[in-house]
Amino acid sequence: MSDRLPGFSTLAVHAGAQPDPTTGARATPIYQTTSFVFNDADHAASLFGLQAFGNIYTRIGNPTNAVLEERVAALEGGTAALAVASGHAAQVVVLQQLLQPGDEFIAARKLYGGSINQFTHAFKSFGWNVVWADPDDIASFERAVTPRTKAIFIESIANPAGSITDIEAISTVARKAGVPLIVDNTLASPYLIRPIDHGADIVVHSLTKFLGGHGNSLGGIIVDAGTFDWSTGGKYPMLSEPRPEYHGIRLQETFGNFAFAIACRVLGLRDLGPALSPFNAFMILTGIETLPLRMQKHCDNAKAVAEYLAGHPAVASVNYAGLPSDKYNQLARKYAPRGAGAVFTFSLKGGYDAGVSLVSKLQLFSHLANVGDTRSLVIHPASTTHSQLDDAAKIKSGAGPDVVRLSIGIEDKEDLIADLEQALGA
Amino acid sequence: MNHDAYPDNYIRGILNSVKSIAMVGASPVNVRPSYFAFKYLMQRGYDMIPVNPGHVGKELLGKPFVASLSDIGRPVDMIDIFRNSSHIMPVVEEALTLDPLPKVIWMQLGARDDAAAAKAESVGIKVVMNRCPKIEYGRLSSEISWMGVNSRTLSSKRAPAPTQGMRLSLNRMSVGGGNTAASDRAAKNKSEQS
Repeated sequence: MSDRLPGFSTLAVHAGAQPDPTTGARATPIYQTTSFVFNDADHAASLFGLQAFGNIYTRIGNPTNAVLEERVAALEGGTAALAVASGHAAQVVVLQQLLQPGDEFIAARKLYGGSINQFTHAFKSFGWNVVWADPDDIASFERAVTPRTKAIFIESIANPAGSITDIEAISTVARKAGVPLIVDNTLASPYLIRPIDHGADIVVHSLTKFLGGHGNSLGGIIVDAGTFDWSTGGKYPMLSEPRPEYHGIRLQETFGNFAFAIACRVLGLRDLGPALSPFNAFMILTGIETLPLRMQKHCDNAKAVAEYLAGHPAVASVNYAGLPSDKYNQLARKYAPRGAGAVFTFSLKGGYDAGVSLVSKLQLFSHLANVGDTRSLVIHPASTTHSQLDDAAKIKSGAGPDVVRLSIGIEDKEDLIADLEQALGA
Repeated sequence: MNHDAYPDNYIRGILNSVKSIAMVGASPVNVRPSYFAFKYLMQRGYDMIPVNPGHVGKELLGKPFVASLSDIGRPVDMIDIFRNSSHIMPVVEEALTLDPLPKVIWMQLGARDDAAAAKAESVGIKVVMNRCPKIEYGRLSSEISWMGVNSRTLSSKRAPAPTQGMRLSLNRMSVGGGNTAASDRAAKNKSEQS
């Protein structure tokens, strides 16, 4: 057997999957079952005690989900992964392993709005305190570190404007502070950026977006890079201390460089409960098989649309890191040389009314609150997701009255441009 | 051998060839990692010998404990050491007095002693440090994939469902990723401090 390493596209099709042992089925079957029979009492005890590899109950693990987990772990270059019901669930499960009440984590200010809400409000009631930092000012992360800091959270390509984060610079801050760096890689997907190669210790995704890619199934995933030593200083007791739930097992000592993924499964998913449906896992797996093809087309289309918009007289500005004039173009060349993603914003000279008018006139672009679909999507944040904010707050969050966000699909780019042309023109 | 990163073929060759394994530091406590590994390797068909002077006269899963390597009284292919890095050297020194010599000395996850490794390698013994044979067997057979672990292997072949006592094929195509550099570094630093 050679140690020759297969490429990304081969892993996207094969990693984690093999013919079904019982039937020989080549596609991964949907194991739509809640539970799995034990061979005997000793087998049951071994599984419950984490001594044996195997299946117990779909809230803890499922064979279809396991294929998805191994595939994403392989694509990200991690040691293990855990699939959960949504990207939001992934964030709760990750931070539950790291934070005790009263602890802090530092998060980049530029994040998906849903994450800002979750961190600010929902997590506050758990006693997990978010401290915001500016991803365009690395020193602001250093200044935010305190003895209670347990993690740093960033997005690789940040919502909504598609700005690129300097992952390596922030990973240096995390290493110095002795805390893990968590990177939400949803908008890049591992095809464009592999955060672990740049110093991430944990990667999370909303699988709902580009990985699943077809706008049909919710899902989330946590990837363990295997790079963080959880044993130092008793800072991460979920990993380093004997767990009463498992008669005194220490997870890091027992599971080594995939202990974090195991903690997320046996302490997080088991007890919090956000399990992924095996049917959704199957849909997302099917999507991932074509990820390299789709992602390249998404990026190529996005660049063409961004260039078109940048030259349009009704457009005031375009924020797309793939444009040479963009503020984030240097970072895009370094971190995402294959393309700067397919989610970006632009602003209209006609302000709020022009934004509302554009959205109503578009025929191919769908007006909805999602990104990373095969279909091209549009949203005017000021009249929808951010409509409750006052104008100043809208502008601060990148959702000023004149701003429109696009998620470019894999249609023919000429048709997308023609649709924008008719909607902007009249 | 570069002990910071083992080629899969090196580990595969060891696990495919050894038949008997003496586990130094085997614990009868069923939440200890040594118990997990002992039980699993026994179920996968290895001839297991528990070595622990504190439990002589008792059995581990039906196998009688012996006090030391020299008390085994028959040749063993591999010695699996479940001790901290600072306690490795005396075990390796004792292993080097055995006749015939073991073919492999394996130090458990978190354990690393480069001087002891060099000593064993100088007489032709293969050495693995800071790895778990249960994890490596589960990984190369892909049985560990049930836990969402990246086996770093691929196969288009239909394999039988694992049952108790079955040896599994470890001959799958190897894949990159699953960096272990950080945990290797941590173990190395700990052994240098002690």
